Amino acid sequence: MLQELLQILTLQSHNTRVVVLGVTALGLAAGIIGSFMLLRKRALVGDALSHATYPGIGAAFMIMAAFGHDAKNLAGLLLGATIAGLLGVGSILAIRKFTRLKEDAALGIVLSTFFGLGVYFDGIIQNMSGPSAAGLSSFITGKTASMISSEAMTIALVGSGVAIVCVLLFKEFKMLCFDQDFASTQGWPVVLLDLLLMGLVTAVTIVGLQAVGLVLVIALLIIPAAAARFWTERLDAMMILAALIGAVSGYIGAALSAVFHNLPAGAVIVLTASALFLVSMFFGRARGVLRRMVDHYQLSRRVGSQHLLRAMFELTEDSNRPTATVEQLLEKRAWSRLMLARFLTVALRDGLVVESAKHQWRLTNEGLAEARRITRNHRLWEIYLMTHADVAANHVDRDADAIEHVLGRPMVEELEAALATQTEPNVPRSPHPM
Amino acid sequence: MSVLSALTGSGGRDSVHAVSAPLSIDDMTVAYQRKPVLWDVDLDVPEGRLIGIVGPNGAGKSTLIKAVLDLVPKASGRVLIYGQPYKKQRGLVGYVPQRESVDWDFPTSALDVVTMGRYGKIGWFKPVTREHRDAAMHALEKVGMADYAHRQISQLSGGQQQRVFLARALVQDAKLYLMDEPFAAVDAATEKAIVDILRELRAAGKTALVVHHDLQTVPEYFDHVILINMRVVASGPTDTVFTRENLIKTYGGRLTLLDQAAEAMRRRA
Repeated sequence: MLQELLQILTLQSHNTRVVVLGVTALGLAAGIIGSFMLLRKRALVGDALSHATYPGIGAAFMIMAAFGHDAKNLAGLLLGATIAGLLGVGSILAIRKFTRLKEDAALGIVLSTFFGLGVYFDGIIQNMSGPSAAGLSSFITGKTASMISSEAMTIALVGSGVAIVCVLLFKEFKMLCFDQDFASTQGWPVVLLDLLLMGLVTAVTIVGLQAVGLVLVIALLIIPAAAARFWTERLDAMMILAALIGAVSGYIGAALSAVFHNLPAGAVIVLTASALFLVSMFFGRARGVLRRMVDHYQLSRRVGSQHLLRAMFELTEDSNRPTATVEQLLEKRAWSRLMLARFLTVALRDGLVVESAKHQWRLTNEGLAEARRITRNHRLWEIYLMTHADVAANHVDRDADAIEHVLGRPMVEELEAALATQTEPNVPRSPHPM
Repeated sequence: MSVLSALTGSGGRDSVHAVSAPLSIDDMTVAYQRKPVLWDVDLDVPEGRLIGIVGPNGAGKSTLIKAVLDLVPKASGRVLIYGQPYKKQRGLVGYVPQRESVDWDFPTSALDVVTMGRYGKIGWFKPVTREHRDAAMHALEKVGMADYAHRQISQLSGGQQQRVFLARALVQDAKLYLMDEPFAAVDAATEKAIVDILRELRAAGKTALVVHHDLQTVPEYFDHVILINMRVVASGPTDTVFTRENLIKTYGGRLTLLDQAAEAMRRRA
């Protein structure tokens, strides 16, 4: 068994090799085109498209049988699928244009109606005397394992073709997805580009029917692209990553189902992609859950520490008392004792404050310098807002609190220049009664 | 006309000027599903001026710009850019859409967005070259955003995003600029940056048509003003057109607004 697995993963049998390569190319193309669909907010159109192909397959079968052709001619079935799929997408556009229904409702209506029609046709075909309908239902969940090499070759060719077109038209599609109107004012034929994009999605969906089936093909369009988005803020990187995730999913799914014949390839492909999605969602470097939690934690710690220092500075500023008591600090800020204790512990560790007596805290020299800097920034902001933005004085404090933690040094320097304040690093007085 | 002007040299300049205004609109009507938004608009926009388009919400200010750019269909009428239909003159027109018209969560950088202003010049299939990126960088410098060139665009503030859009129009290197509410909800620094750019454009002999919502700043920012409320109420030099009577006709007499405008005119005088 292990040897067989190794043999397949390294693609030593010709048929397996072609099938695995074909499905890998499909995953790659779906990842790329899916990125554009996701950003164009059309991700679910692929789903409606794939479900809408079902009655087309049944109808093609019946028509070919009625005319005495080979009813299971693949080209004929796929042609039927394509026509029905495009009809489905056309129906969505028509419903949206001529009624006030929103896109999600239009999608739901078309998807279920077409699929229902497909199930109905399938029922008729099963009761027909004549050519066996066995194998038709493989379009629902895919049949990678029993794919012949010419079918796999077609998938590989279509997949590579789609990928190449996307690379060539990268800049055009990017602009279409970001700002269609602006593209149009530059003379780009946006309707044509949009149709082309739709056409590429249709091509991937139709060839994907055989590999993963019409229920799951949407997963290949959405999941790799959505997973890739967690790792990067650049479209080119996102597309490469989505292509990789799609390709790896396709490869693993096709290879595993070649070894374990009762493992459906479509399911394995989708589950692999989903696993990669989960990993990306949590650990994605650019916008994963973990990254966001860390960012939020760091921000709230920084804000808390700055508030503590400023509160201590302001408490000692007008008196000769060099210390602040816990009670005074609690009164000044809306903190629980626990929060205050946490901020004090951090400040103590950073050498900014010392506990001079029980419940009495004092700024160290370093802490005083830092507190001075923070308070100064804060007050510069207040002055800026009051003189430039016509904000009422009693609103300024809160606004400034939120902004100053987000701005860095350069902005503060700009503010100083704008205000032409005195050059010595004094702390200007607070512009409102405290 | 160009033959005539070539023959007559500089002597024919005035007549050429009159015929090929940066923008001339003839009898234009725009309707959304049978509900007219703009009626019988006739406009001639003078060259080298800053022109404010002012009117209440839903008056059709944005629609006017979009109809000129063929972004919404016209029910009737003719639009000429420097004497030719827009389709032939795209290269002469720069466009700044409303900031909310795009999804700023898009995975791209400020520099990338500005570079899009050059895509029309780059053409099909060809990649973006160094030259175009340099031009984009230069435009970002002009709007004071060079330090943010490589930031993902959702990390920019609203005002900074607006400046990115302005830079994108600048790299188009157009002669006529159409801007849809560039001053909407921006910070003071951005407002100043935009005004500076507008004046620079005017000094370079370019024309800018700007949808504007703040009556107070109209006299300060614009040489000409177009007052619209589903139709053109008045259009011409700010000094003569931006009057109480015209504003009442445009806004239906909401006095707080009128007082603001009157005060602004006084301050200017």
